Amino acid sequence: MVLSRYLDERVWLLNRQGKAAIAASAQGHEATQVACIEATDPSKDHYLIYYRQFTAMLALGTEPEEMLRGFLAKETEPMSAAKQFPLHGAHPRVDLFNFSNVIATQLPQAAGVALADKLRGSDAVTVVYFGDGASSQGDTHEAMNFAGVHKLPVIFFCENNRYAISVPLEKQMGIESVASRATGYGFPGVQVDGTDVIAVHEATSAAVERARAGDGPTLIEASVERLLPHTTDDDHTRYRSAEDIAHMSERDPLRITSDVLKRRDLLTEYEDDEIHSTAKKRVNVATDTVDAEPYPGVETMFDHILNDSDRNAEVFRNA
Amino acid sequence: MPEQTVIEAVRETMQAEMRRDDSIILLGEDVGSRGGVFLASDGLIDEFGENRVIDTPLAESSICGVALGTAVNGMRPIAEIQFADFVWPAINQLVGEASKVRYGTGGAKTAPMTVRIPYGGGVRGGLYHSQSIEVLFAHTPGLSVVAPATPYDAKGLLASAIRSDDPVIVLEHKRTYRLVKGDVPTEEYTIPIGKAEIKRPGTDLTIFTYGLMLHYALQAAEMATAAEIDVEVLDLRTLRPLDEDAIAESASRTGKALIVQEDTPAVSISSEVAAIIGERCFFDLDGPITRLGPPEIPPMPFSPLQEAAFMPSPEKILAAITKLAEI
Amino acid sequence: MVFNVELPHVGESVTEAVIGKWLKAPGDQIEKYDPLVEVITDKVNMDVPSPASGTITKIIAQEGETVLMGAVIAEMETADGEVSAAETSEPAASEASPSLSAGRIGTLVQGANVGPTGGEFVDTSLTSTKSTASTANLGDSVGSSSRQRGFSPVVTRLAAQHSVELSSLVGTGLGGRVTKKDVLAAVEAGGAGLVSASDQDVSGSEQVIDPTPIRRMIANHMVKSVMEIPHAWSAVEVDVTGMVAWHKANRSGFETRHGVRLTYLPITLAVVASSLKANPRLNSTWLDGKIVLKKAINVGVAVAAEEGLVVPVIHFAADSSIVELAGELDGVVMRARSGSMTLEDVQGGTFTLNNTGALGSIWGGAIINHPQAAILTTEAIVKRPVVVSDGETDSVVVRSMMNICLSFDHRIVDGAEASEFLQSVKSGLEAINLDSELE
Repeated sequence: MVLSRYLDERVWLLNRQGKAAIAASAQGHEATQVACIEATDPSKDHYLIYYRQFTAMLALGTEPEEMLRGFLAKETEPMSAAKQFPLHGAHPRVDLFNFSNVIATQLPQAAGVALADKLRGSDAVTVVYFGDGASSQGDTHEAMNFAGVHKLPVIFFCENNRYAISVPLEKQMGIESVASRATGYGFPGVQVDGTDVIAVHEATSAAVERARAGDGPTLIEASVERLLPHTTDDDHTRYRSAEDIAHMSERDPLRITSDVLKRRDLLTEYEDDEIHSTAKKRVNVATDTVDAEPYPGVETMFDHILNDSDRNAEVFRNA
Repeated sequence: MPEQTVIEAVRETMQAEMRRDDSIILLGEDVGSRGGVFLASDGLIDEFGENRVIDTPLAESSICGVALGTAVNGMRPIAEIQFADFVWPAINQLVGEASKVRYGTGGAKTAPMTVRIPYGGGVRGGLYHSQSIEVLFAHTPGLSVVAPATPYDAKGLLASAIRSDDPVIVLEHKRTYRLVKGDVPTEEYTIPIGKAEIKRPGTDLTIFTYGLMLHYALQAAEMATAAEIDVEVLDLRTLRPLDEDAIAESASRTGKALIVQEDTPAVSISSEVAAIIGERCFFDLDGPITRLGPPEIPPMPFSPLQEAAFMPSPEKILAAITKLAEI
Repeated sequence: MVFNVELPHVGESVTEAVIGKWLKAPGDQIEKYDPLVEVITDKVNMDVPSPASGTITKIIAQEGETVLMGAVIAEMETADGEVSAAETSEPAASEASPSLSAGRIGTLVQGANVGPTGGEFVDTSLTSTKSTASTANLGDSVGSSSRQRGFSPVVTRLAAQHSVELSSLVGTGLGGRVTKKDVLAAVEAGGAGLVSASDQDVSGSEQVIDPTPIRRMIANHMVKSVMEIPHAWSAVEVDVTGMVAWHKANRSGFETRHGVRLTYLPITLAVVASSLKANPRLNSTWLDGKIVLKKAINVGVAVAAEEGLVVPVIHFAADSSIVELAGELDGVVMRARSGSMTLEDVQGGTFTLNNTGALGSIWGGAIINHPQAAILTTEAIVKRPVVVSDGETDSVVVRSMMNICLSFDHRIVDGAEASEFLQSVKSGLEAINLDSELE
């Protein structure tokens, strides 16, 4: 979580330096992402993420250098060879993927991934992440309906930070909770505090158990705070009240988690400092390394093209 | 005459039209207090209120379907799709439904709706914030598609779109929003849909283009004067219906046609322009109809060198001009 | 060492910023990436990170001061080894607005950018020199167009309309093609089938010759090469006594067996092609700031034809035997001299070999066949007294010597690589002796 925070801050800085074209921060979502991943089995489960799954990526073993290569679009970027925005593409080691930026397209795909496991008798679980905004898309309804019909081993995991870019929850839906929709599809919906690692872990473990046992989907809604604007291109002071912004740090999962651990004597002040200083050093090393790396050259632009056109060959001939 | 950027012209046109006609409403993601992600509707919610500037849920199909519903019931909606790349869920409502309202009801109903869609790349937008999506709409009978490239045209064409009794897709190139600044008269005016414009007269060859590429073509034409090549640049402005007469007139006069676009060339606007020239100007041609576009790969890679290699540029256009001119 | 801290470029269409609060004072230590100073523009307020680790020594821009992007705002002392050239880079080359009239069309705003999702991102990724990759350049995708011969539809139509005899016109288009302008000029001049100005005596002391289209093309090509390519030259002398002996001994048998003429040319061509294979940089082209290595080794051979210099191309020369090369050369030279070359014969050359020795020349500085990287001339073979050494004693003997002269594009290769190539050709030629099996 601490590493994620430092790396996240660094990426934001690299954007302000004109080096990272775009970033969506996970600050405020860290606890929920770490706790959810902890309750699953990366050796066999599937993860369909969306663009804010920064901490989840690290929790699944992605190295800070690999993350930075995504943001700086460097040559050895592992997810999409820098064809895509950061966090898009497919992970080189675990079954995590994110095909596009288009909101909610991953939900029906997750139902399909889970259907394949069910048809083949695998006990793997599919976790699909989405935000409160994505819950409005038709794809979301269609995916949950399908998963409910077929009792698929899928966990619909909503990270509800109450803002779809600028649109607040009350303009997004006529109800208070995304989780309450699950009843309409015939499976349980659970609401948890996304700053509480233990609560998120317990809720996810229960959903995983249910899915592996063949009992069908679960919808988990973790309430979190989006501590930064939607992306580096956004400015949330245009639409969030000063009061709202002033209070959001009360829901900072890093501070909350560290307080809980210290209260229970599981973490000393010294250890906490060590964690921070190690993370910061790690991020500095990764930044220096990746900043110096080359961008992909033009020749790999034509890799993985279906039905390569004569026109492309001509482009090469002219070169 | 005040100078405005394209985005300012868009904003002030919507504002002026909304003041003129209170049946006009705005719908889209973040169009309210955020003022739109490109600030196209900045401040409009303050003037017209939440009933006329509606922050919608994040769901493009409903943005366009709801807009269509209001349109057939007495309103003139302007729907904003945040990025062209996100329009696909709404294709059913636009291509499938809105385009056929007048024809399919024997004229009993019409759909006076405008859909504004920021499109195009060269902004480090990767595969999902760079797409050119004009072809699907331009292929659809029952839709009009305009693609203004200058502040002046943005105002005149958007006003025409809003006042049209049928659905009009307004494609605004993201890169031009703050890049292009020009004179925009304060008074009301409209530019007819379906009319191209010669942005630069010339005698040796004609570049047919639209959107951001208009500006690159004009730069390239200027550079070509050093080689004493006199290039005409025709701005298509409307992609459906294409201004066939203007296209044929210019191609016949110069005898050489270079079509430049940012979209991938196969089965595209440039294919259609080439077909028109081939059909109508064959005996006036003094060189092969030539197309310049990006390679046939998904638009467009996120990494900077590859994006630059993908995008047509003034230099690439100049090379094509030179090659065609010396034939 | 002293490190200048510059105000980085931030925000779209912003050229200056107001300095806010300094977060460090002179004497303070700071780590790279830690916040150093707040700046305020009309678009954004942000903390500028420190570009290096070290100690702040001097604050140059004071709080409240308006400063241009790129200006030095502070100085710091860094540990040795820190790169002094500030890493803050220039903003991406802004689309310079040409001298288009403003108004209706609009002008382009310098540095006005839009971030990928609508914000204010100023991309600097391509301005940092250390992290850009080098590779093949992407050309445009204009259809290859010069292939058509004959008359275009409009030329045919105009000629018919105005009764112009097209075959009598001299075209100014590519490859001498008659263009629409040529026909209109002929009509304008009042004579169908007007031929371009013929030789004319201006003052009696000078004769002005209107160059033929091919002469004009050669002229343009030469000018283009000299204007664009920074030429450099190098030469070595080659002892070809063994090659001359081999040629003398094998010529008639070879010609009987294969039915093709055997000159020195196919032999040198084979050696040059294999040297190009070993030195691929000589087989390349400079294109838009990139070096494009050509996989195929297609060697053009300069031939003096009646109307001027032509350069037929031997394709994939490195993959052919001397027998094949001799056959191809025979055919192509014959077609060149009779003016019946095909387009294929002259296209795709990647390097040029010019046997100027056939004209008696012993030294030359050829002009590179644009856009290739180099041209090699083989000069006349001359018997000369030469000092040879067996390691112990030197003696003077008569040997057959030949100079080979290389002109090369100095953007692509330096003298060392050029020499390496020349040495490779030299040793290849000198290795030939009576016992060589070259067929």
